[in-house]
Amino acid sequence: MDNIAIVGVGQTTIERNKLGDTFADMVFEATQKALEDAGMTMDDIDNVITTSNDFWDGRTISTMAVGDACGAGMGKNMSALEGDGTFSCFYGMTRILSGVYGTSLVVAHVKGSESENLLITNAIFDPLYMRPIGLDSLNSAALQMRRYMTKYGVTEEQCAKVSVKNHKNALKNPYAQIKKEVSLEDVLESRLIADPLKLYDCSPISDAACAVIIAGDDRAKKAKKPVWVKGVGYCADSYFLGDRDLADALALDMAASKAYEMAEITDPLEEIDVAEVYDAFSYMELMWYEGLGFCPVGNGGKLIDKGVTEMDGKLPVNPSGGLLSGHPVIVGGMIRLAEAVLQVRGDAGDHQVKNVNTALAHGINGPCGQSHCVWIVGR
Amino acid sequence: MATDLKDQELLVYESRIKVPYTWSVGEVGSRFLTELKENKKIWGTKCPICEAVFVPPKKTCTFCFVACHEWVELKDEGVLQTYTVVRYDSDLIPGKKPQIIGIVLLDGADTGIAHMIDGVSPDQVKVGMRLKAVFNDKRTGQILDIKHFKPI
Ligand SMILES: [Zn+2]
Repeated sequence: MDNIAIVGVGQTTIERNKLGDTFADMVFEATQKALEDAGMTMDDIDNVITTSNDFWDGRTISTMAVGDACGAGMGKNMSALEGDGTFSCFYGMTRILSGVYGTSLVVAHVKGSESENLLITNAIFDPLYMRPIGLDSLNSAALQMRRYMTKYGVTEEQCAKVSVKNHKNALKNPYAQIKKEVSLEDVLESRLIADPLKLYDCSPISDAACAVIIAGDDRAKKAKKPVWVKGVGYCADSYFLGDRDLADALALDMAASKAYEMAEITDPLEEIDVAEVYDAFSYMELMWYEGLGFCPVGNGGKLIDKGVTEMDGKLPVNPSGGLLSGHPVIVGGMIRLAEAVLQVRGDAGDHQVKNVNTALAHGINGPCGQSHCVWIVGR
Repeated sequence: MATDLKDQELLVYESRIKVPYTWSVGEVGSRFLTELKENKKIWGTKCPICEAVFVPPKKTCTFCFVACHEWVELKDEGVLQTYTVVRYDSDLIPGKKPQIIGIVLLDGADTGIAHMIDGVSPDQVKVGMRLKAVFNDKRTGQILDIKHFKPI
């Protein structure tokens, strides 16, 4: 691919409770920042896509409620997606590829602070067979972590290293919610949530919004600081947990393969300079290393042991601090994409990785990583 | 954002959403749940192409996108594939804290079933242990007609 670019990004700070902001306030802030970043006004925006979740927002067709805050009220074509922000960016890109639009403004928001995480994530599951057991985002992740550790011999200590790394990286990210150094012992000795998941293996509840502006062809070429989309892949796995081997990320494997093929990447560890992946839980980052082909299947733990994904390693992963330092669901993957764009531009500030030509961003949605979207962006 | 309203006290409006639903169980689900209720038997469906046996049964094969018409009776025993011990309070889990939740692969099935595990302490539960379904005496045609799985 060579005709689509991300031309502007904007994010709010991630906080436990943005008490002073409504959903719309957050979306307005992120949109204004993205427009400013792109050097554009709302006149340059051909269509708008919003991303949210009705259960989290507590209203039907919640995506409509933020229309004014992202300029859709000015007679724009506004469409809506539920799921992760990377999925809606994919949609924004395809709308440009359709030839109808030259630019897409894509926004995502969530306020995890305003509702009950267990009730909402229990409702992800099938009402007949899985919901009555009391499954939720925490205990389902724990089932996956145990299965992953059992199948591949990955240890709790290796998982904990992800949390240590990402918390350390977050200290340098002004948008991060949790800025606190944690040691391996802190993670391993933190409160048991659902064995083998401990408190510091889990991402926090968060509020935030993000906005991304995508442009095509001439509109992209004229942009102030375009970052080019080299490849994208987006795949889903089966819904029922028992239908999958939870230790393997097959949908990610497929999504990554498609993105790499488009981007003509054959050796991701060599060719990618930085990656922002969806670390909702510490063990997930290790699983995603494998799904993304950074190491052979089952070797995620060994990869972090070798320090490959540390800030000074061969392929730094989550220099922003990832979601373990702030996890606005729905928005999470879009922030990964915004961070990848900043890394390519050299605009990531204190958490900038040196000499980034090619960056990877990854978003997921659904229990235990049911759907995955992989973006490769570069110069 | 409210830069010019710095002294404004921030209000929070408390409310709730309460919406009753009735979910159709469908023909396949109805047969499965009726067998649990009437006969304490666990049935699955089999894909004609890949021969995967699904429990809970499915009308469509996840892997082949074809209809699964064949029914297969499964044993009420199987192997624990993975588990967790839930340490936090959750009103949504029917059992007592700390409740063990696991995925059980029943003999003859190709997909696991998520359920509660009881009759074993959290420090004794192990992946690979053999388990048997314990049925409720009063059954109403729902997944919780299986009370839990317990070690054999
Ligand atoms: Zn099949």
